[in-house]
Amino acid sequence: MEFLWCLVVGVMTTCGVFLMLERHIVRFLFGMILISSAINLAIFVAGRLTRGNPPLIASDALLPAAGYANPVPQALILTAIVIGFGLLLFTLLLAYRAIKELGTADMDKMHNTEAGQ
Amino acid sequence: MSSIIFRTSAHIVTVLMLVFSVYLLLRGHNNPGGGFIGGLIVVIAFALLMLAESPDYVRERLVYSPLAFAGFGVVLALLAGVLPLFFGQPFLTGLWLGKIGSPLLFDVGVYFAVLGSVLTILLNVEEELS
Amino acid sequence: MTQWPLVLPVFIPLLTATACAFSFRSHKLSSVISWAGALANLCVALLLIQRVISQGLLVTAFGDWQAPFGIVFVADLLSASMVLITAIIGVAIVLYSTTDLRSKPFYAIYHSFIHVLLAGVMGSFLTGDIFNLYVFFEVMLITSFGLMVINANRQQVDGAVKYVVLNLISTMVFLLAIGLLYGATGTLNMADLNAKVALLPETTMMLIAGLFLFGFAIKASAFPVFSWLPASYHHLPSAIVALYAALLTKVGVYALIRVFTVVFDLVDSGYQPLLIIIAGLTMLTGVLGAASQFNIKRILSFHIISQIGYMLMGLAIYTPLAITGAIFYIIHHIIVKANLFLIGGFLQRRQGSDNLRELGGAYQSMPWLALLFLIPAFSLAGFPPLSGFWGKFLVIKASLQTDAYLLAATALFVSLMTIYSMTKIWAEAFWKPLPDNAAAPIALTRLENCLYIVPIVALAVITILIGLLAEPVYQLAETSAINLLNPERYINAVLGNMPEPGQISVLAAGESQP
Repeated sequence: MEFLWCLVVGVMTTCGVFLMLERHIVRFLFGMILISSAINLAIFVAGRLTRGNPPLIASDALLPAAGYANPVPQALILTAIVIGFGLLLFTLLLAYRAIKELGTADMDKMHNTEAGQ
Repeated sequence: MSSIIFRTSAHIVTVLMLVFSVYLLLRGHNNPGGGFIGGLIVVIAFALLMLAESPDYVRERLVYSPLAFAGFGVVLALLAGVLPLFFGQPFLTGLWLGKIGSPLLFDVGVYFAVLGSVLTILLNVEEELS
Repeated sequence: MTQWPLVLPVFIPLLTATACAFSFRSHKLSSVISWAGALANLCVALLLIQRVISQGLLVTAFGDWQAPFGIVFVADLLSASMVLITAIIGVAIVLYSTTDLRSKPFYAIYHSFIHVLLAGVMGSFLTGDIFNLYVFFEVMLITSFGLMVINANRQQVDGAVKYVVLNLISTMVFLLAIGLLYGATGTLNMADLNAKVALLPETTMMLIAGLFLFGFAIKASAFPVFSWLPASYHHLPSAIVALYAALLTKVGVYALIRVFTVVFDLVDSGYQPLLIIIAGLTMLTGVLGAASQFNIKRILSFHIISQIGYMLMGLAIYTPLAITGAIFYIIHHIIVKANLFLIGGFLQRRQGSDNLRELGGAYQSMPWLALLFLIPAFSLAGFPPLSGFWGKFLVIKASLQTDAYLLAATALFVSLMTIYSMTKIWAEAFWKPLPDNAAAPIALTRLENCLYIVPIVALAVITILIGLLAEPVYQLAETSAINLLNPERYINAVLGNMPEPGQISVLAAGESQP
């Protein structure tokens, strides 16, 4: 099962890198989305795929009952998704602004920052 | 977007979703749910209203600027963080008064911070694009 | 009560930021709030470093969830001194931006963002949990994105695209590294990782360490991945670029130093030869890039890169003396670099340009500013007895001790080239008469002049003080370096108050079930 998920992560990353190599800024963004999802999946797989119970501690116990699922990777992914969501929103708007302002979506043609040299 | 069915139902659904978001916020105490998801549902509710009416309509209904909601939320969450320090306990430790405690305050803070910041983005984007 | 000074450096900037955002209607009110927040933070930072010197390491576990399960904030000597320097820069930038950004719309939002950025930087220095480090990096990053594009013109948007693209890649690599590290060791606490990383198979360890190195190298703008920095910095408002120049890359270097001493051992990880090459090339490319530029902010931006090379060199040599040098260098560099950008910004404000061809005559009209420029400029180049001399002296001495002669020669050559760049700014902006086609200098009011000059003078005084009182700063850096290379004290302080061993083994078994 883990091997299968590793393959999925690998394929997603490959597609993401391929898209990121494009000069078109929107394709780059799609590549980034793919890779960040792949990384989230990788963290999930790295936390081991087990069929477990919710990691809740009963009110009269000190430890959760055996066979609980590891909650840490899920907390990590949740945080990463929220942060990724913010970054993605920002980058999308920046790309929109760049295309409107600079008149091109081709990153090779964005030379304005070197102007005046 | 100006269909009368959509506009009428959007108003009803928005109210229902606002109630549901509060339910999710409180449920988050010891079940799946919580401030983050509750805040997002508020945003979806207002997004629906925004599509049915206009961004200005939503701003008017919000009374305060969405950014103010976000700021209020951050202050609440920070307050929940420092409160235990006054009682000699580490940052963010839960303080309990019966069933209600500082984690609820934190969650309410998250709720407002999320709804405020995402609504700010949403309304500005809608105004910029249209 | 020991927790207060640990939490407040992050808490105060966040609260100040919210208050600034609420007071957007009145410029005066938001300035006052911003000043008050920055000054309060400086007081807390002083309190923190005093506590750390007198009581040793301070640790607090959030929500009373003990390490290694909960998130901890740890202040050792390195963190505390970094927090202090950040707080000093915070005060300087806030004062300076009161006049520099006054004319901008969204003035209060600028202040608000500056404080959130400071919170992110402080959090990165204080946290003892590697995922929390990621979160604070993101707080810093998102705010820096925001500051970069508020009210942006064409060039700023273009620069921002480059900045955002490379930094997003760094973020993703860093996150992947954390995920894999957690998968391999089952912990995220840096102190706990120290022992567990040593047990990993070598290839796994090298893969993860390489990802960390790559991610942090982008943040620190090291050799092959520095291009975002000169592309994006020079079009920003002066106050903002000074803040970025002082702090952002240095947080990357701090993270490298922290991760490659406490978590991984640089020598064991096998990346030492690579890092030595990176350090040398970073120095060289930075300084050569600067030589070809004719714009104050661009020259200074390229110099950030070359100076990062010295810090990486200190880390790469990996002897106590070298790391002492690197830490000394970071402390010196943050102050000096911010000051140079503030002076450049002042010149730009007066003449309306930061291009050296359109500048001149500053020595005639403001001889005192020329003197103030010489202090950080000579310090950057490494003239004794200014602060930069000691930093360079320490890293070069360490490289000679380890027979890295080529590296030492590179460092000395780069230092010479730095003098060339600094004299270029001096000759063009200060010495040469004002060109005929240049606009007449803008007259500033007394208050504006004051607000521009006070932070510059204060930072210059600190530079001189670090130079003259090198001994205490050296001892501070040396103690930090020794503690980094022998992290037992750090580990004991963080993990010391763990629950009983029986409980842990049960929990650990539950956590890493296959």
